[in-house]
Amino acid sequence: MMSKIVRTMASFLILFALIYGLYIIMHGHSTPGGGFQGGAVVASGVALLIVAFGSHSIHRSLLERRLSILMSIGLLIFIGLAFGGMTGTFFYNFLVGSPIFGHVPPSGPNPGEMSSGGVIPIMDIGVGLNVAGGLSAILLVMALATTLTEAEE
Amino acid sequence: MRKIAIAVSLSIFIGFLIATAFLIHPFGYPPSEMDDYIIENTQSETGANNAVTAVVFDYRGFDTLGEATILFTAVTGVVMLFRAKKKREK
Repeated sequence: MMSKIVRTMASFLILFALIYGLYIIMHGHSTPGGGFQGGAVVASGVALLIVAFGSHSIHRSLLERRLSILMSIGLLIFIGLAFGGMTGTFFYNFLVGSPIFGHVPPSGPNPGEMSSGGVIPIMDIGVGLNVAGGLSAILLVMALATTLTEAEE
Repeated sequence: MRKIAIAVSLSIFIGFLIATAFLIHPFGYPPSEMDDYIIENTQSETGANNAVTAVVFDYRGFDTLGEATILFTAVTGVVMLFRAKKKREK
């Protein structure tokens, strides 16, 4: 638990960290970034909260059990989409040309389209959930263990 | 004595690094057909503008599956380790 200035600024900045992370996850198919990078940004927002508020008060509302459930859901989305392309090959991009994320952009530089990329945006969301949940769970559990050993000494 | 050994081994290492930086192949050599294929066909085949993400999630999806599984296993191990410690101290 840090001072009131740090806590106020952290509860203000967490919005921007989460929005930036979700932006990187959602626009992985058209701008630099993707699931791994955006998940790491979201986890860094959780790290900011843990530093500012202390791991025990964060642990009251953010349990590592729920974070690991989030992580498993993300990995299941990823593997399920990989199996969804089994009509062609494993990891076949079967959504290109369909109404969901199926827009094919013209070759060369173009302004970009949100609804393009086939399975890639959905896989980005899955991997983003996986990385954000996993890294947040690691941070939370390690911070809890550190405070426990400090209290013991 | 130990400092001298560290200094000598470090200078040999840095000398090798500098020599390698001058002896390395020029950029884009040897030429491969894979990168030209990906640059030309990414947008029409996957619909994604970002060729790097298209390679990571589509052309080499198996690699990304391995990465995600490694992360999953690492998180599972870490959570299991620290949770056991917390229970014992209670």
